[in-house]
Amino acid sequence: MVSGADSVGERAALNTTILLFLLQDGITNGAIYALLGLALVLVFAVTRIILIPQGEFITFGALTYASLSAGQMPGTIKLAVAMGVVAFAFDLFTFRKALHAKRVLRSIAVNIVFPMAIWGVMWALGGRPGNIALNIALSLLIVAAIGLYLYRIAFQPIAHTSVLVLLIASVGCHLALQGFGLVFFGAEGQRGPAISSDAITIGALRFTGQSIAVYGITIALIVGLWLFFGYTLYGKALRATAVNRLGARLAGIRTSLSGQIAFLLASVIGAISGILIVPITTLYYDTGFLIGLKGFIAAIIGGLVSYPLTAAAAILVGCVEAFSSFYASNYKEVIVFTLILPVLVLRSLAAPEVEEEKD
Amino acid sequence: MRQRLLPILVFALVMAAIPFVPGVPPFWIVLLDNIGLAALVAMGLVLLTGVGGLTSFGQAAFCGFGAYTTAYLTTAYGMSPWLTLPMSLIVSGLAAVLLGIITMRLSGHYLPLGTIAWGISLFYLFSKLEFLGRNDGISGIPPLSIGTWKMLDPGSIYFPIWIAVIICALLSMNLLDSRTGRAIRALRRGHIAAEAFGVQTARAKLLVFIYAAVLAGLSGWLYAHFQRAANPTPFGPHLGIEYLFIAVVGGAGYVWGGVLGAAVVVILKEVLQSYLPLIFGGGGQLETIVFGILLVALLQLAPTGMWPWLTAWLPSGDSRKRPAPADALPARNDHRPDTGVLLQVDKARKQFGGVVAVNDVSFNVQAREIVALIGPNGAGKSTTFNLITGVLAATAGKVAVFGKSISGARPQEIVNLGIARTFQHVKLVPDMTVLENVALGAHLRGRSGALASMLRLDRADEAKLLAEAAKQIERVGLGDQMNQLAGSLSLGQQRIVEIARALCVDPLLLLLDEPAAGLRHMEKQQLAALLRQLRDGGMSVLLVEHDMGFVMNLANRIVVLDFGTKIAEGTPADIKTNPDVIKAYLGAVA
Repeated sequence: MVSGADSVGERAALNTTILLFLLQDGITNGAIYALLGLALVLVFAVTRIILIPQGEFITFGALTYASLSAGQMPGTIKLAVAMGVVAFAFDLFTFRKALHAKRVLRSIAVNIVFPMAIWGVMWALGGRPGNIALNIALSLLIVAAIGLYLYRIAFQPIAHTSVLVLLIASVGCHLALQGFGLVFFGAEGQRGPAISSDAITIGALRFTGQSIAVYGITIALIVGLWLFFGYTLYGKALRATAVNRLGARLAGIRTSLSGQIAFLLASVIGAISGILIVPITTLYYDTGFLIGLKGFIAAIIGGLVSYPLTAAAAILVGCVEAFSSFYASNYKEVIVFTLILPVLVLRSLAAPEVEEEKD
Repeated sequence: MRQRLLPILVFALVMAAIPFVPGVPPFWIVLLDNIGLAALVAMGLVLLTGVGGLTSFGQAAFCGFGAYTTAYLTTAYGMSPWLTLPMSLIVSGLAAVLLGIITMRLSGHYLPLGTIAWGISLFYLFSKLEFLGRNDGISGIPPLSIGTWKMLDPGSIYFPIWIAVIICALLSMNLLDSRTGRAIRALRRGHIAAEAFGVQTARAKLLVFIYAAVLAGLSGWLYAHFQRAANPTPFGPHLGIEYLFIAVVGGAGYVWGGVLGAAVVVILKEVLQSYLPLIFGGGGQLETIVFGILLVALLQLAPTGMWPWLTAWLPSGDSRKRPAPADALPARNDHRPDTGVLLQVDKARKQFGGVVAVNDVSFNVQAREIVALIGPNGAGKSTTFNLITGVLAATAGKVAVFGKSISGARPQEIVNLGIARTFQHVKLVPDMTVLENVALGAHLRGRSGALASMLRLDRADEAKLLAEAAKQIERVGLGDQMNQLAGSLSLGQQRIVEIARALCVDPLLLLLDEPAAGLRHMEKQQLAALLRQLRDGGMSVLLVEHDMGFVMNLANRIVVLDFGTKIAEGTPADIKTNPDVIKAYLGAVA
């Protein structure tokens, strides 16, 4: 999906070079899937939401970055501002019984001032392509804002409902955001500039700076998340929210804040993945959905709970994809998505159904 | 019966008249065709998701099976479309069997994710297979024809589409209003209660999954002959999502909600597609934005969909009286033993990891005897119940009925031996009436299957089941609440409904988990009188209860558990004075 192993050429005998090449390709893609898988596990563990719109965070991050690099004003900033206004209205409605100045001011800062400030910076740039670091920072901030408001608007009001209702809402968000993607970025694909144009060659393999950045950032984020959830109070609060919302609230944890943090992290991770791959491959407004789903496969293999298992599974998915695109490129997607079925069956057998108390 | 059919007949007549109304734009007929096609798929989803609680995002793929089957057979072999109809349905059904065996096992949220996965996988398969024409699909499919009349235009295929919709709606409603239907409706509330009354939940899930797939296959077959071409696009994951959207919009719990949802969504989509670009300019799928936002808004504001909201305005004509009297069901047990050991629990043990919840507990229940199991909270009483009824497997020890070991037997087999139970946490289906809930208890005493129910060949059998249910409801004194929704009753009354449901099994042994909790004093006395009467009629009762007054006046024998271990057993008088029991309840005597 991400980079083209199809270009390797015709069906050839499996020699070491091709094997290594496919492995490298698989691991690079797998690292991206691992990032996405991690974000999905994170969001599910905290909010029980299966984050289908993760794909849109990828596309938005990538295409916002590409647009900024091309000196264009991306439409996503307008979306962020608009969603901020709606989120503020939701907040006001929630606070209507007790309009404390402090809460309202905080809400204004988060929902109105923050996106307007990003817009201000972009407006000040006035269409000049800024440098890469600034473009990346702006893209991440915009997508982070969208992720944050998405939780506030779409999910916070129904946070107590069943996994299924949340899943359907999640699909709704995916549809809407994908539609916006088409409006903002058009049907044509875009590419962005690479973070680094250096490359090193080891034996037959050539490692670009970009792919090394992919590995490095993936590993850093995995370690970071592991530390965050294992060793910080906030991380533990997030996990507590996942296990029992009511219990967490009684213990003084603000569950809506936990959800917002989870979405913030997930959207930033999605945007990072997008920015990492957009120099390697052309992204279209709807590409994110498929990439995100492959992250899903990894997350599901990890049982939606385990970070290391998810990362390992993601590498596996990447490699299966690379090899099947070489040997049966027509059936690449069929193979990758069928891979999930035996895994799901094993998962279900390993963890027999627990009666979910619904009411 | 007549009351039920009348609105459908009126609807059918109106639909039949529409094409003949002068001045109806042909474009409307095309829309109605599309509504009918979507309604068929949505109706299947209503049964699968809304009623059965099994979410599928992959229904569009089954439409694909139906459409491609007829497309291939009619173009490659020149078969008649009418011959390919059964083939299309069989192929969709077989695909559902294969996918169902794998995915219906999936629990919770794994199931919808699994359906997304195979939905995408099949979409790519359709678009890559050479003999299905890859991305271009198959064109030149012959139209449906009767004699020399070829259904080439949207106005003529309109009739087969809507005849199919109305017939399928009738079949679906018949199915839901039957023994099998009750089993399907009980699935959504978890499988433990349904299995405790003999429902083969795995089979029921597979059945409703196949049913939904066949409806989707029918829609695909009609679609192929309507468009006279088939390509992968309409069978992709986004359409799968849209069908679920339709079901949720219309009201996922209602057969006609599927039709209503299809109408609303198809028309809305058309309106949005023609007017949004005028307002906002530019191309793009602006309607998907509106759809997505609407879906989220709907879940927040009206999670049950539009159909119940609509029917709330209509006068409720559904005031069914007591079911007509029917022949009594044959008693399941030829003889009720007067003496002897009915249930023998021998050194039963249950460990959860390091916790011993039930520690080598032994006791028995004789014929015509009321035994009470008491003990402080966490003593292992409910776990013991679950060991007896097969919900949990014992770590060690033996449970025997009439001397025959039932270790390892499944709940469905145990209820078949005549052991019926109630639950500490009430497990009724709140949106079914008391009568329907109780009739679920008689599940094993009926024989009619899904096909017979759809065709209404089950009426004699069904009348007996309902008459039995009504009898038991009156026996426990809830005759006036028979047609109320179970969820609207007080918790105490719901416990009594559970007892009536268990009585429908015609049990030898009744297991009651805290039956008196939430009852008022008078109601407790009535319950005690009922239980004595049942015992005198030849039934044994094993009950867990905290109300000591209730237990002491009722039980023949009492077994006391504390921290999973039996600490005493004897008559109420013995137990009252047993120092160990007093210690367990009140702490050590100073």
